[in-house]
Amino acid sequence: MTPTILIFVRRVGISCIVLLGVSMLIFAIARVIPGDPARIALGPSATAEQVAKLRAELRLDEPIAVQYGHFLSELAQGDLGISLYTNRPVVVDIAQFLPATLELIFVAGAMMIVIGLPLGIASARWRGTWIDNAIRMIALLGVSAPSFVWAVILMLLFAYFLPLFPIAGRISDTFAIEQVTGFLFLDTLIAGNLAAFGNAAWHVILPAFALALSGIGQTARLTRANMVETYDKPYVEMARSYGVPDRRIANRYAFKPSLIPSLTIIGLDFAAMLGNAFLVEAVFAWPGLSRYGVSVILRKDLDAIVGTVLIISATFLIMNLIVDVLVTIINPRIRYSRTAS
Amino acid sequence: MTVPTLDIRDLRLGFKTYEAYIEVLHGISLSIAPGERVALVGESGSGKSVTARIVLGLLQLLRSARISGSVVFEGRDLDRLSARERRRLRGTRMTMVFQDPTSSLNPVYRIGTQFHEVLKRADPAMNERAARERAAQMLLEVSIDDPDRVFESYPFQLSGGMNQRVMIAMALANEPALLIADEPGTALDVTVQAQTLKLMRELVEHHHTSVLFISHNLGVVREFADRVYVIYKGRIVEQGPCASVFERPGHAYTRALMAAVPRITGGGLPDIGDEPRDFSQPLVVHESRGGHA
Ligand SMILES: Nc1ncnc2c1ncn2[C@@H]1O[C@H](COP(=O)(O)OP(=O)(O)OP(=O)(O)O)[C@@H](O)[C@H]1O
Ligand SMILES: [Mg+2]
Repeated sequence: MTPTILIFVRRVGISCIVLLGVSMLIFAIARVIPGDPARIALGPSATAEQVAKLRAELRLDEPIAVQYGHFLSELAQGDLGISLYTNRPVVVDIAQFLPATLELIFVAGAMMIVIGLPLGIASARWRGTWIDNAIRMIALLGVSAPSFVWAVILMLLFAYFLPLFPIAGRISDTFAIEQVTGFLFLDTLIAGNLAAFGNAAWHVILPAFALALSGIGQTARLTRANMVETYDKPYVEMARSYGVPDRRIANRYAFKPSLIPSLTIIGLDFAAMLGNAFLVEAVFAWPGLSRYGVSVILRKDLDAIVGTVLIISATFLIMNLIVDVLVTIINPRIRYSRTAS
Repeated sequence: MTVPTLDIRDLRLGFKTYEAYIEVLHGISLSIAPGERVALVGESGSGKSVTARIVLGLLQLLRSARISGSVVFEGRDLDRLSARERRRLRGTRMTMVFQDPTSSLNPVYRIGTQFHEVLKRADPAMNERAARERAAQMLLEVSIDDPDRVFESYPFQLSGGMNQRVMIAMALANEPALLIADEPGTALDVTVQAQTLKLMRELVEHHHTSVLFISHNLGVVREFADRVYVIYKGRIVEQGPCASVFERPGHAYTRALMAAVPRITGGGLPDIGDEPRDFSQPLVVHESRGGHA
């Protein structure tokens, strides 16, 4: 397993460097956008002295490199500064809003894998039949519209016209759940409140499905394409001529080699959900990071902007890291070669 | 008289495409006695692999394939068996060795896992440990002295020759009645190919396994088989014990094939344009059985 660990360590290192680059970039960009953050925060009635005082507190008059140095030394202590909008530490704000977004993305990602992969496998196994045609239609439908369009359509169909699902929010107001982790799925369980858990799950289904649809479509299409190619390989012929049942060939012998090229793309889809989640959250009034992100950008809330972007980049990188590790675990060629890239 | 391991009578095969119906086999008859090694020789596209695929019951699954005639395996008419029963025979009573061993093994599973799968075909309840023991025994038979390492390896970690030995060991592990070898090891180095063929010959002799040996190389066939069928454009044009066919090839096509043997560097068949009619005159004429047009 040593090469796997080696790859892991290297990827972590690269991710840290990328994060550092992102932080510099967003730090500079946030300060270049026109508008004085202190003036916006204090409002039009504040005096010039008050504005100057806040600017000094925010160190806005110092050179940008010095500001960045301060930012880094605070970051090392886990401090992302204070939000001028909520008047709370940015870390606290993020801890409040990020779990809702992550919960949405994880459920959507799980849907993508649990629905997309089997659809792709079935499509390849019964290629050329009506099953294949039906699945390909569905998959094409999924990728043909962006997730916020699906969000609106699904909401109209299954929450408004056919009220099967709640129309908005994370959980019904009737439940008061103490916030421990911020993840409702965990917090409801910690509270031992199964009804609340069910209620939270019921709320997440529609927005998560809207977010997952294009990923499901893409996963199914990709898996099908790779598997159809694998079906022509001699080792599948070999499995056939040894009488291995069709189902076993599909689910094991043709699927696993095909998963390797699919996995990287699936990982990217997963990460792309982070961006798409913003719009889906807006449609379903999901109390995630999107609303916070948009308002801090409009208010030029410097620390909050940098903090939010950094956290999103970090989440993105962590997801990529997980995918990379999964690929090395599945692909023996990478695991056993010393020159692994 | 003993029941032949394989008895093919007047086998015809055609493919129905959108535009036309193409007949590929025009009534082939072929028989293999228990423990006999029979070669099917012919040029590319003559219909060797499709014959093997029909015996394995694989082509029957293809919608476009039209098959007639009879294939009797150990006294059982394959036509009378369901697809499921034909599948049961594969990997247990009949097995296969392929052209390119390395690409015939699944790249993402260890040899051990794949060997286990093969053994489970004959004994579904076989556990990992018993499989390991049996596989080690078979790997020793194909002169692999460190079965444990091979067991833990992935195909890409082994040489082509090693993989070919593994394939042979897998093919014989369930003591099949018939081994089909479709141009075995032609993807390998010539010397490695010769070595593994010799090994395979010794093993099938030892296990008394019947072999359908498919090749386009008469030189290899001479080394391996007892009897030979020469197939040309979907017809058997000549058959007989290896020695006599090689000594007195009756058909122009056989002579052409033989002339092609020493030309290792390729170039295929030499030109033999003088008597084209010879080629459409089979030496072996099968009595037509009723029912087939
Ligand atoms: N699925 C199929 N559909 C249509 N035609 C096919 C199909 N499979 C095989 N054929 C045709 O059947 C003929 C015989 O093919 P086969 O694979 O048996 O040749 P072969 O003797 O094994 O040749 P080679 O030495 O190249 O392997 C070829 O002309 C081929 O094009
Ligand atoms: Mg062939």
